Amino acid sequence: MTDTPAPRYIPDRLDKPLNAAIFSWEALLVAVAVAIFAVNSFASPYFLDVWSLSDLTFNFTEKALIALAMALLIISGEIDLSVAAIIALASTMMGMAMQAGAGTPVLVAIGILVGLGCGAFNGLLVTRLGLPSIVVTIGTMSLFRGIAFIVLGDQAYKGYPSSFAFFGQGYVWWVVSFELTLFLVAAVIYWFLLHRTSFGRRVFAIGNNPVAAQFSGVRVGRIKFILFCLTGLMAGIASVLITSRLGSTRPSIAQGYELEVITMVVLGGVSILGGAGSIVGVVLAAFIMGLVTFGLGLLNVPGIVMSIFIGLLLIIVIALPIVWRRVRRERLT
Amino acid sequence: MLVDPHPAHFVRDPPHKGEGKAAPRLTLSGISKSFPGVRALHDVSLSLYPGQVTALIGENGAGKSTLVKIMTGIYQPDAGTISIDGQAVTLPSAHAAFGHGITAIHQETVLFDDLTVAENILLGHAPRSRFGTIDWRTMRKNAREVLNTMGAGHIDADARLKDLGIANKHLVAVARAMSIDAQIVIMDEPTAALSLKEIEELFLLVEFLKSEGKAILFISHKFDEIYRIADRYTVFRDGEMVGEGLIRDAGQSQIVRMMVGRAVDHIFPQRKAEIGAPVLAVSGLSHPTEFDDIGFELHRGEILGFYGLVGAGRSEVMQAISGITRTSSGTITLEGKAIVPKSAADSIDAGIVYVPEERGKQGVVIGLPIFQNISLPSLKRTSKSGVLRLAEEFALARSYTERLDLRASSLSQDVGTLSGGNQQKIVIAKWLATTPKVIILDEPTKGIDIGSKAAVHGFMAELVAQGLSVIMVSSELPEILGMSDRVVVMREGRIASVYDNKRLDAETLVKTAAGIAA
Repeated sequence: MTDTPAPRYIPDRLDKPLNAAIFSWEALLVAVAVAIFAVNSFASPYFLDVWSLSDLTFNFTEKALIALAMALLIISGEIDLSVAAIIALASTMMGMAMQAGAGTPVLVAIGILVGLGCGAFNGLLVTRLGLPSIVVTIGTMSLFRGIAFIVLGDQAYKGYPSSFAFFGQGYVWWVVSFELTLFLVAAVIYWFLLHRTSFGRRVFAIGNNPVAAQFSGVRVGRIKFILFCLTGLMAGIASVLITSRLGSTRPSIAQGYELEVITMVVLGGVSILGGAGSIVGVVLAAFIMGLVTFGLGLLNVPGIVMSIFIGLLLIIVIALPIVWRRVRRERLT
Repeated sequence: MLVDPHPAHFVRDPPHKGEGKAAPRLTLSGISKSFPGVRALHDVSLSLYPGQVTALIGENGAGKSTLVKIMTGIYQPDAGTISIDGQAVTLPSAHAAFGHGITAIHQETVLFDDLTVAENILLGHAPRSRFGTIDWRTMRKNAREVLNTMGAGHIDADARLKDLGIANKHLVAVARAMSIDAQIVIMDEPTAALSLKEIEELFLLVEFLKSEGKAILFISHKFDEIYRIADRYTVFRDGEMVGEGLIRDAGQSQIVRMMVGRAVDHIFPQRKAEIGAPVLAVSGLSHPTEFDDIGFELHRGEILGFYGLVGAGRSEVMQAISGITRTSSGTITLEGKAIVPKSAADSIDAGIVYVPEERGKQGVVIGLPIFQNISLPSLKRTSKSGVLRLAEEFALARSYTERLDLRASSLSQDVGTLSGGNQQKIVIAKWLATTPKVIILDEPTKGIDIGSKAAVHGFMAELVAQGLSVIMVSSELPEILGMSDRVVVMREGRIASVYDNKRLDAETLVKTAAGIAA
């Protein structure tokens, strides 16, 4: 091919038209967040207060920490429904250790390690035995929480050391809580991991085409295993925070959190079918969910209405992109 | 199986006697079909006669499958007419084709594994009771009757289909065809997965269908079967019909020549082969089911062609060499060092890459942009301590896409928006970017346009000139003959023969692959 004409130049990227940025999912989320913020401030005179706003963040930081890892897991084409049960099991283990006289550092270590262990267990079942993650984690969801119920029955662990309360109740600076700080730091780490490392790139590749990824030398099983471990780890961290905030452990702790976490991830623009999504979107979605639940709380909307709302939101955000794509395809063909 | 080799109805006079005298049952004429970038069928015609078997013959990619899909209502032809018993019909869906009495028996039969034999036979036209529910008793009775008529009474109508062997599944498929009174039966490589004994039984069944006056289209790569069973033949080449007639008037060599003889549609790059020392040596490589005792050597600067029929085990051997599947025994030696690749990652690290046949499924990651597809197997080099370096990725992608003359608007474009030919360039580029020692190309130009084919061939010549070694699995004879230095022919999981590509002709290859004594 020596006498072929000079190869044509292909640019790295085309300049994105301005309206692509304006109509991106993230931009839409920002607009929604602003709108809800405005509605809330009109609806309640107590909303626009720094301490109110600070309290608001406690509504979502624990779930949002898990959502960060869950986003990667869902992008890779897997899911973990057992995260709330992991919180319950890790909290129960911390309670047992506390009764045995363990101090704060040991409690934190136990919470995190139990979470990591549960995640690894899920990961092994999925990657080694090749079982579908939705089935595995429905199973472990019952298993983990079942253990918590057997240990505690209708009892509760109370009396955590006062130094343990910092993680869920403490403030780093003025109105900025430890939980919020931890979430923001974790968000930056996960953003970097997903969007700036070769690990993150492989996660996207697996989510879009696991077979081609494997043929391209991506160790699909290993990466999925790591993602399950990370999700378990974040659930363990969330367990430390929530146990510390409540100051007690009941077996029903964090019941139903998994749906809110998944709603957050999907609302953040992560495709439930895998392969696409961004951490920025998930962080925005976390704030929106916080604003909505807090706003409804200010308006004295009962909890059951909130759960109806979460359910509807989940269906809408899953259906919207799929319906949208179908409409667009029909218009094309 | 067919217990009684001569069931009663065999002695009955076939309703339509005399070859060629009867009017055709099904006539396709002037059928054309194109896909983006590929012309699959161009102005082909085919007639099927009642009580006769017509063999459809052609190389892979000649357009046989496309024609079957048009006949069964899965594809719509761009041009041409279909008529049944002289009446023009349209087949807008599989259901419509079924309604016109056209039924197909595929290599992997499309029946329902978890349903019973009776349900499979009568699904969609099951007898109803007074209340509109399925009349199970009549259904079983009807199913048993159909099976008995065919001499397949040994099949239990209540058995789950998945518990049956492939041969019996074929019988069920035929029974289904009988139960809807199908007049046109398409058999698409029905013998591919059968043992010799089962093939004999299938042939008895074909005789039975003939005696029932069915018009049968029989697709097979095996000449002995075609001569054994067919009355007529039609030969396709590159999407065109190149010959037809009565099988008894045509010799094997004549048909083989029709299959392979072609106008030179593009010129293969001239190259001076400078074959060096052996790079890759494979010996005694075996797999429990797919291949047995495979041994060959690949030299530096050599293009080694692998020819064979579909299912001969060529891709399976290549996937074993590149760590995607495991072997039961055998050794792989790369530059004197034995390697045991346990994953694709291992073999890529060692310097062997496999460019798979299934471009969309195994090759490109649709949803990711071009540059990310190309850097995927090379991420270790384009990143630093795990952190991506986009500039490096773009540079890597640019250098290979320019060498392959890719047509794209930007490197950030989703590969899903590219044509097949350009996707194939991405696939080749991504594996080349790993700077391998050995590159295995599996059907590198399957389903891509002429221009892209030439680019791929030119690039292969360039690669070997640089000292790379290439294994090219291909079912396209001109490509095998035009590009290879040596040709390995595989048949049924074993190496049938190895030829030096000097004055090698297509007929020898086809005969070796099909097991016809030369």
